[in-house]
Amino acid sequence: MGGKRLKIVAVCGMGLGSSLILKMNIEKVIKDLNLEADVSTTDISTAKAVIGDADIVITSPELAQQIGDVKAKVVTIKNFVNFNEMKEALEKTLKG
Amino acid sequence: MLNFLEAIGDRIEIIDKVDSWEDAVRIGGKLLEKDGIVKPDYIDKMIEVCKELGPYVAIAPRVAIPHARPEDGALSFGVSLLVIKEGINFGSHNDPIYLLISFATPDKESHLKFLQELAEILQDSDKLAEQFINFKGKEEIKDYINKFFSQINT
Repeated sequence: MGGKRLKIVAVCGMGLGSSLILKMNIEKVIKDLNLEADVSTTDISTAKAVIGDADIVITSPELAQQIGDVKAKVVTIKNFVNFNEMKEALEKTLKG
Repeated sequence: MLNFLEAIGDRIEIIDKVDSWEDAVRIGGKLLEKDGIVKPDYIDKMIEVCKELGPYVAIAPRVAIPHARPEDGALSFGVSLLVIKEGINFGSHNDPIYLLISFATPDKESHLKFLQELAEILQDSDKLAEQFINFKGKEEIKDYINKFFSQINT
């Protein structure tokens, strides 16, 4: 995905708490990895419509099951605030 | 915008144990209701949302952040902190939960400063939970939070 501006969507239950925390964490990691990305947030009920053209979707393991089959790579995060977990997960996804 | 400590105000309760995660959410919600931050219905909604969407409100080891939507009866922005000394399981990979941080917001902006600081103070959430369950009262908790943010802001 080199050079291209990534589109990342953080998904949580209501698009109000957890996804905003995820977004803050994603943006820190993106900066640390010297990447460029547009990071947006959404709730699970509208997720399917919003993530159509996203490269990466980031959410919890519980909600990932409800998202089902999508074109984007779905990354699950257990600790929403942890910088290292997010960094490892994103690095792995970008390589794979 | 209110910061983490301002958003919590005096809404801190420390208990030894609780029978179920639903009861824990009810106690956290009551602290909000008592101060007129939420309508009584909001508390039921917080529980409903957890059941519907799974225990994803447990966002970090030992910590859960129950909340519902603005339209579910949030009258203003506010946060409560419930410390459960013996912990309670939510059925999450982040169990047991010792810190229940419940919140309500009437819109999508009022709580942003709080969320930002929440993410900072939860960086080592295991350690934070251990500290909080050993504190004797809410003043010690407030002092800790105050010191934490004055250190990282200097």
